[in-house]
Amino acid sequence: MAWFEKAAEAPARMPTEAVWTVCPSCKAYIEKMAWNAADKVCPRCNYHERLGCRERVALLADAGSFKEINAQVTVRDPLAFKDASGAYADKAKATAAKLGVGEAVLTGTAMLDNIPIVLGVMDFKFLGGSLGSGTGERIRLAAEKAVALKRPLILVTASGGARMHEGIVSLMQMAKTCAAIAQLKDAGLPYFAVLTDPTTGGVSASYAMVGDLNIAEPKALIGFAGRRVIEQTIKQKLPDDFQTAEYTLAHGFVDHIVPRKEMKAFLAKMLRYAGCGKTDG
Amino acid sequence: MKKQTPWDIVQIARHSERPNIGDYIRLMCEDFVELHGDRLFGDDRGLIGGFATIGGEKVMLIGHRKGRTVEENIEANFGMASPEGYRKAMRLMRLAEKYRLPVVSLVDTPGAYPGSEAEARGQAEAIAHNLEFMSTLKTPMVVVVTGEGGSGGALGIAVGDRILMLQNAVYSVISPEGCASILWRDGTKAALAAETLKITADSLMGLGIIDAIIPEPPGGAHTDAAKTAATVKKAVLAQLAALKKLPVEKLLEQRYAKFAKMGQ
Repeated sequence: MAWFEKAAEAPARMPTEAVWTVCPSCKAYIEKMAWNAADKVCPRCNYHERLGCRERVALLADAGSFKEINAQVTVRDPLAFKDASGAYADKAKATAAKLGVGEAVLTGTAMLDNIPIVLGVMDFKFLGGSLGSGTGERIRLAAEKAVALKRPLILVTASGGARMHEGIVSLMQMAKTCAAIAQLKDAGLPYFAVLTDPTTGGVSASYAMVGDLNIAEPKALIGFAGRRVIEQTIKQKLPDDFQTAEYTLAHGFVDHIVPRKEMKAFLAKMLRYAGCGKTDG
Repeated sequence: MKKQTPWDIVQIARHSERPNIGDYIRLMCEDFVELHGDRLFGDDRGLIGGFATIGGEKVMLIGHRKGRTVEENIEANFGMASPEGYRKAMRLMRLAEKYRLPVVSLVDTPGAYPGSEAEARGQAEAIAHNLEFMSTLKTPMVVVVTGEGGSGGALGIAVGDRILMLQNAVYSVISPEGCASILWRDGTKAALAAETLKITADSLMGLGIIDAIIPEPPGGAHTDAAKTAATVKKAVLAQLAALKKLPVEKLLEQRYAKFAKMGQ
């Protein structure tokens, strides 16, 4: 790293959380107002911070157009699961209350640049964006809604994978969501997957990877197995760029990497190529 | 006799002498012609398939392959399939659809191979596309979890019309060891995790994930492979006979509904 590329030093005055954001990637101090104005993208290193599902909806849906669907579908606990840190049901309930969203995905109808769509946005803060049965059910119902309304479906993924606390029922959500998307595709409707940091495990191995278009945010972690597991398996250190969006694109599994600022316009353009948004008389 | 714990059953499911796909082919099929390669990259030895005749019934047989000897296991990568394995499976399922052959899928894997090459060639994409494809496969498909149903690597060939499980097989979203080290931060809590995860045939039946349990000889399948294979054969043929009566539209409707109701 050359001297002029070095991360900014902490400002001389004591930084306060109210004024500064430390970029989680390059550790540069960025003024909080600038950070938020850039939609939480680091102006120095282009790191795209993880967004909550409502922040993401605000970036993609036309103002006031998003209407949540499937809110009645909340966390289920098919195994009555308890681990070292307590009961899963309690943890899930507390998370839902804290985030104000009932599952790891928020689904709804929306307009994107005046094109009617069905939108699902995952939230990594909700138990690591894990794919529980409520998550899978919301996605299935969103896909079915898209078929019923003859609208394209866009899913924004952010997930560590299947939700262990729901065991085999969680695994089956991979099959269920892919089946629902297959129906949507059979109906001739577009499905775009937008892969954000991170998209791994059971989510990458299901609906995240079967988009008509797979679109990724810069530097997003995308992969199946975790880095540590792979390193233990092959007994080698992996390169830094392993499983990044850029790596995934180079290996042929995403169509485009699109910066956050340009995502909405890009999606609108792709939807129009896919034949959406035509005013038919 | 002391009641078996889920962890005991995990040990039986992983037993080195447990019948593997080679045994089932030998003991259950009058004929088997292996079909090699995914036409894209290579021929996975951890997931194999081909034309088979079972009790006079022509089928497409696919399944994970575990070895018995060290050499076999190295060749078969211990039953951990790579993307080319899943893509070969899809190719063979497409052929089955074209030739109107039912698919029989034997599941026995610790999981999809977590290696850097597998990542580079799109392990996630390969499994994902299989899930999508199987949901609309226009031919009957019977799945038998014969040993270990290891997460996405198992599911990648397991979206069928009927899912059967051998009595001492397990099917789980994560290995008990993996779950223990993540949620209990203690790999030695695997027995507890095995119990909590509900991964045995009995539990899966209770959760509505599988359709039937295939009994094993006392002591486990490895004590009598011939008898086990005969039971599996009978169960598979019975399911195929029932499924073949359904028109394709009905079959697909039922398959969609089957997975849709899981965790509804």
